[in-house]
Amino acid sequence: MEVNEQIAINHGLKSDEYKKICQLLKRTPNITELGIFSAMWNEHCSYKSSRLHLKKLPTKGKKVIQGPGENAGVIDIEDGDAIVFKIESHNHPSFIEPYQGAATGVGGIMRDVFTMGARPIANLNSIHFGSPQHKKTKNLLRGVVHGIGGYGNCMGVPTIAGQTSFDSSYNGNILVNAMTLGLVKKNKIFYSKAAGLNKPVIYVGSKTGRDGIHGASMASASFDEKIEEKKPTVQVGDPFTEKLLLEACLELMSGDSIIAIQDMGAAGLTSSSIEMASKGNLGIEIDLNKVPCRETKMTPYEIMLSESQERMLIVLENGKEEVAKKIFDKWNLDFAVIGKTTNSKNIELFFNREQVAKIPVNILVENSPMYDRKWKKSKLPKKNKIKNEVLNKLKIKDVLKKVLSNQNICSKEWIWQQYDHTVMGDTIQKPGGDSGVVRVHGTNKAVAASVDSSAVYCWAHPLTGGKQVVAESWRNLISVGAKPIAITNCLNFGSPEKEENMGEFVECVQGIGEASKYLNFPVVSGNVSFYNQTKEVGIKPTPSIGGVGLIKDYTKMISMDLKEIDNLVLIIGKTEGHIDQSLFARTILDEKNGPPPEVNLFNEKNNGETILNLIDKGYVKSAHDISLGGLLVAISKMCIKGNKGIKISKSKNLINEIEYFFAEDQGRYLIEVNKDDLKEVTKILNKNSVHHEELGIITQNDMIINEKTKVTIDELKSYYTNWLSKFMS
Amino acid sequence: MKSSVITFPGSNCDRDMDVALKKFGFNNKMVWHDDNELPKSDLVVLPGGFSYGDYLRCGSMASKSKIMQSVINFAKSGGLVMGICNGFQILVETGLVPGVLLRNKYLEFICKNVFVKLDNKENTYFKNLNKDILEFHIAHNEGNYFCTKDQLKEIKDNNQIAIYYCNKEGKIEDQYNPNGSIKNIAGIFNKEKNVLGMMPHPERMIDQSLSGEDGSIFFKNLINNIK
Repeated sequence: MEVNEQIAINHGLKSDEYKKICQLLKRTPNITELGIFSAMWNEHCSYKSSRLHLKKLPTKGKKVIQGPGENAGVIDIEDGDAIVFKIESHNHPSFIEPYQGAATGVGGIMRDVFTMGARPIANLNSIHFGSPQHKKTKNLLRGVVHGIGGYGNCMGVPTIAGQTSFDSSYNGNILVNAMTLGLVKKNKIFYSKAAGLNKPVIYVGSKTGRDGIHGASMASASFDEKIEEKKPTVQVGDPFTEKLLLEACLELMSGDSIIAIQDMGAAGLTSSSIEMASKGNLGIEIDLNKVPCRETKMTPYEIMLSESQERMLIVLENGKEEVAKKIFDKWNLDFAVIGKTTNSKNIELFFNREQVAKIPVNILVENSPMYDRKWKKSKLPKKNKIKNEVLNKLKIKDVLKKVLSNQNICSKEWIWQQYDHTVMGDTIQKPGGDSGVVRVHGTNKAVAASVDSSAVYCWAHPLTGGKQVVAESWRNLISVGAKPIAITNCLNFGSPEKEENMGEFVECVQGIGEASKYLNFPVVSGNVSFYNQTKEVGIKPTPSIGGVGLIKDYTKMISMDLKEIDNLVLIIGKTEGHIDQSLFARTILDEKNGPPPEVNLFNEKNNGETILNLIDKGYVKSAHDISLGGLLVAISKMCIKGNKGIKISKSKNLINEIEYFFAEDQGRYLIEVNKDDLKEVTKILNKNSVHHEELGIITQNDMIINEKTKVTIDELKSYYTNWLSKFMS
Repeated sequence: MKSSVITFPGSNCDRDMDVALKKFGFNNKMVWHDDNELPKSDLVVLPGGFSYGDYLRCGSMASKSKIMQSVINFAKSGGLVMGICNGFQILVETGLVPGVLLRNKYLEFICKNVFVKLDNKENTYFKNLNKDILEFHIAHNEGNYFCTKDQLKEIKDNNQIAIYYCNKEGKIEDQYNPNGSIKNIAGIFNKEKNVLGMMPHPERMIDQSLSGEDGSIFFKNLINNIK
């Protein structure tokens, strides 16, 4: 087929991008080459709209072994151990085919982690759906949850935490972000940089089929009414093969055969081979007849663009082919020497002894387009004036019932009960807490992880929202007693070609950068998902932040369930009564405007570090950060989990009772302390200038507020636990 | 005491079982499915997971593995064979224990703590246990035990029902049945009581930081009974 501009445009390339290709090649590309360009230069693979801004994120730190640019980030957790982790989106395919889309998202991120030599030890996810009333929501939710469980459960990796939200802005574009943590010895980390000439290039794993062709291009475009027709671009997952691939790769990695390894994810064989060559400043020659194929008569174009799952590309040391083949034979996986490294700095493909593509690697990578897109700065909205008369009419108990049973607050047990969260025998904090926690097998250490996003805040004011999500991730780690180390981010936005959406992206990234720099909480990996958009309607900006922290002695881990009657609960951080953009404002007042709560990074850092100090000294019996829903929601969850009551007496401050209980001021936590320790705890808090006040005293049952409102624990439970299972039945 | 844990392609609780057995004093060996011979063992465990990806039918392909012939011989000569979760599914497929395991009633994977009531302590697994109700952990998609009326009568007559799903107080009722199993059955023996298949995972409940410690009680008692 003769290539022309129209064919290039059909491949998702822009007219001037096609011209640039012809110019760089000094000729017209053939169809296979055009396919390769389209795969490498789409938004998903090239980050052409985001690169300029991502550069501004802080990515370095004492604990950072590997920042962005590899398959995943790596951090040091001492004693020669390291954690490899990353979050990635699989939004577009999950909307088209929820089970396979979500399943292969989970499979892909686990492969990114074990490609680096790490055994996956925990999965997390952040999933966002349209309004519960929308006709597709229920099926999408069910499909996504089954898909995540279907893949993760079979792999035998526990799913330890997650986040689920519902918002009508996701009606046409759901979000599925999957995160994996893996454990590796610091001196056994594998990278994707090829090295050495004439080294064998090995293909292992599943056979290549016709599934997922143009998957990455599909994920780089907005949706329209014909989206159902894109089903063939969705990959099909086989977790069983991936489990075998995991074991086989780790077995091979225990020796010294591998020079470089790269999984075949988005854009399959194309991006994996080109990335390895590019990083090693080498060329690669591949004989496509040697690629194991599932279907007959596959063309070079199809082989290069297939996104069939569970495949890896390895550059081996010379003479190690037999050792490697034996391992893959044992695990019943395909193994083929398909090419070699060269000094030509070209990617050269052969098929039936003819050269079918020859492209200089640097053209594909370094010369890929980069855009400084136009973007619009957003203003901080004006504060709403909410009249006391309006608030005074409300009954606390009625509000609490509505807020606790709201779809974005209520228990997500229906979801996480379908994920195996205990396999591997090291899960010491299950889903439903502030962070999931797994022990580092065979040690006294544990790793905590949390995934967070606050699309509403980001939508109201992207800069503040970006900061807030990082701060919330930080708080969730602190609340379980973990020292926060680093984050991974999954940046889900609408079309970068629209100034408003691009502005949301730029300013969210700026907020993330500011907070992570201030908190010394660097970004070590991540991914960008643009075009979460159907026709002209984009999603609310939704950066998901995956935070990871270390607990040096896992017996000191903290959970949120109230522990002992007569202990006191303290509020750490100041309650100013910020109601705008709170769940209360949206669900009770039906007020959607106004600024999100301000994020004071000094307070975040100071409050968090002081709490860690208190935890280390053994003063904190339970802890929970105050976030969505506010103070009363936070304490309700602690009561429900601990099966205990509390007698609350609101201190005499000036703000209205409703504001006090439902405001979403940042930087706040609840901690439980023993009465006998109060003096010492207060001393430490005062010494560090941490604002604190007493919320109340723990009782056997019932939540009693200011002596006039009584809510039984059973009532709290019924508000909190029923919504989702009822919705899904 | 010597034990062996079989690793099938797709097993994923094999390491957890190895950790548990060693913790309570077993000298455990991992055995590859493609081996011909079992090492000398006092106990053989078929672990949980997704052997062969649960393709065809859970446990069916693993039941035809090379090693299974010697496991079957070992069981028939009176050796102790315990199948947990996918291991139970494999046992059912070999015919060492009666019945089948269907998809959970609500068609969803379930991962949670459950209580089980012991029905029969006249066997090496539960003899001398000082508790009748244990808190165990389940994590499965196909744990809905089913058998014919005649089989049910037979396993009842032979005291082959090992454990039932129940509540904290030991009440065996429909509402405490997580997966739709006939008569709330969570585990069964062969006629001779040397082969035990059960859905719950005792190996996930072996220290106080995990879901609970009733697994420890089970393993400690088991090794004492074998000694």
